[in-house]
Amino acid sequence: MADRWSAGVIPYAEMGYWNPDYEPKPTDVLAAFRVTPQPGVPPEEAGAAVAGESSTATWTVVWTDRLTANTHYQAKCYRVDPVPGNPDQYIALIAYDLDLFEEGSIANLTSSIIGNVFGFKALRALRLEDLRIPPHYTKTFQGPAHGIVTEREHLDKYGRPLLGATVKPKLGLSARNYGRVVYEALRGGLDFTKDDENINSQPFMRWRDRWLFCMEAVNRAMAETGEVKGHYLNCTAGTMEQMYERAELARELGSVIVMIDLTVGYTAIQSMAAWARRNGVILHLHRAGHGTFTRQKSHGVSFRVLAKWMRLAGVDHLHAGTVVGKLEGDPNTVAGFYDTLRGDKVDADPVKGLYFEQDWASMPGVMPVASGGIHAGQMHQLLHHLGEDCVLQFGGGTIGHPMGIAAGATANRVALEAMIKARNEGRDYLVEGQDILKAAARRSRELDMALSTWGDVTFNYESTDVPDVVETPTAV
Amino acid sequence: MRVTQGTFSFLPDLTDDEIRLQIQYCLDHGWAVSVELTDDPHPRNTYWEMWGLPMFDLPDAAGVLAEVKACRDAYPGRYVRVMAYDSSLGRQTVALSFIVQRPVEEPGFRLEREEGPGRRQHYALHPYVMARPTGERYPANGS
Repeated sequence: MADRWSAGVIPYAEMGYWNPDYEPKPTDVLAAFRVTPQPGVPPEEAGAAVAGESSTATWTVVWTDRLTANTHYQAKCYRVDPVPGNPDQYIALIAYDLDLFEEGSIANLTSSIIGNVFGFKALRALRLEDLRIPPHYTKTFQGPAHGIVTEREHLDKYGRPLLGATVKPKLGLSARNYGRVVYEALRGGLDFTKDDENINSQPFMRWRDRWLFCMEAVNRAMAETGEVKGHYLNCTAGTMEQMYERAELARELGSVIVMIDLTVGYTAIQSMAAWARRNGVILHLHRAGHGTFTRQKSHGVSFRVLAKWMRLAGVDHLHAGTVVGKLEGDPNTVAGFYDTLRGDKVDADPVKGLYFEQDWASMPGVMPVASGGIHAGQMHQLLHHLGEDCVLQFGGGTIGHPMGIAAGATANRVALEAMIKARNEGRDYLVEGQDILKAAARRSRELDMALSTWGDVTFNYESTDVPDVVETPTAV
Repeated sequence: MRVTQGTFSFLPDLTDDEIRLQIQYCLDHGWAVSVELTDDPHPRNTYWEMWGLPMFDLPDAAGVLAEVKACRDAYPGRYVRVMAYDSSLGRQTVALSFIVQRPVEEPGFRLEREEGPGRRQHYALHPYVMARPTGERYPANGS
């Protein structure tokens, strides 16, 4: 060991950060990194460097390591595999001892694992593909303020996806006009309407005015339908104190749900999740900004990792892709996101991009939200890909209906109920989807009009984020 | 108005054959099916009256449908719903809930507002029928 402690620079791999004999413990946090080393850097050294820089190491040997049980605190890269068809890239598996992390802190977990290492010069690119969070660590987090089951029981809505719409245009409506869209969409048949990520408290509409008009709309729609309705009031603001103030008023006005953006930061999200649990208000999270680091396959953090962090942090809703809509979403990859948000014991499945098994230890599930360029004519595909426990949000597909907003909402609800009914009756609804919709449209002018307006709109672009460590079947 | 609680309220009322198919779907999933009724349509009225216990051990959709019919016959002027209960770990909640009988006339809800400070309104929802005692809220002539 004399060499290990000689002053100067030695390879990370020789400092113990590469340990192919290491057997991960059940309590370890495990990470799968996609590593693109600089030319000439061996993959094991690159993996070891990631392990080192995301745990105890610095660029040179320091004698003060010898004051610690350093092998305990070192992260260990225990496996490096080449990525098929991509000779520059490797998947490095790294194990972190539980002692490296503060209990119940996403900020600490992320500062450790993605804090420094992504700018490391010896790597051309680096992506955190997946994390295995052991139950020992999971149990230190609150988890979803309510979760899927409690949300359904609170809303009294079962056996079908929930329906929502984001109010459009995103910017510029006065509070009174904004509330009109909310009222029409909810009375027409939606369960939820939603503020968009960038509607906070601008000169054309201050938050408090929006709160008042939206709650008028929500209550009017409940009186018209006899159903529980909600509007995601976006509490995102410049300070935590302002967010609390906005959330408090939403609660006092009787809103069943509030919303925040990912941009508020992990600690603020955890604070709002605690507030939501304490106050019995559902918490919706819009993943604003995630595409800056989740989309490119060679560098950044996979959305499946972000989904795990957000489930731990404690949100009830999280946007997770549509497969068929206008935003990025390979079917297998999105299936992996949905499994991650909703499952309890989720198996490793490389086809879905899931590198590790994940045991949530009964932590409630997060309701995935599908939003962005979806319409009633895709109902069979949406149900097939996304299942029943999700929120389907048709913004343009509701508000852009030629007969009006309420008609757009009705079209979506009729299409959804017809598809659920057909599925439950044992029909092959994915194959017969168009027929099922057309039959329902014969008794619903609203749906008929929606189908003739958007029936054949599709967004067929190649996905950038697809699993590649195994052969994957072609998308449906 | 039409109360749109339940999974299929935006579709035409289900026929008995269609109800039986839905019940079969529930039984195929191992869910216990039950029948409940009410004459209080408030959306926060969680606990409708139970028409007997959930039918945990009844494997036959026709048998469940017979209970639906018996309930309707006994209470022709009320809302009747079919519920399916999923007792599996991680769910332990209602899996499906749909209305299988509703009163002919549904008078709807009065929305009451009370002025508060700072332009706040306090809202309360009152089903018009709730002015009368249970049993006298809807004409007993079924759907």
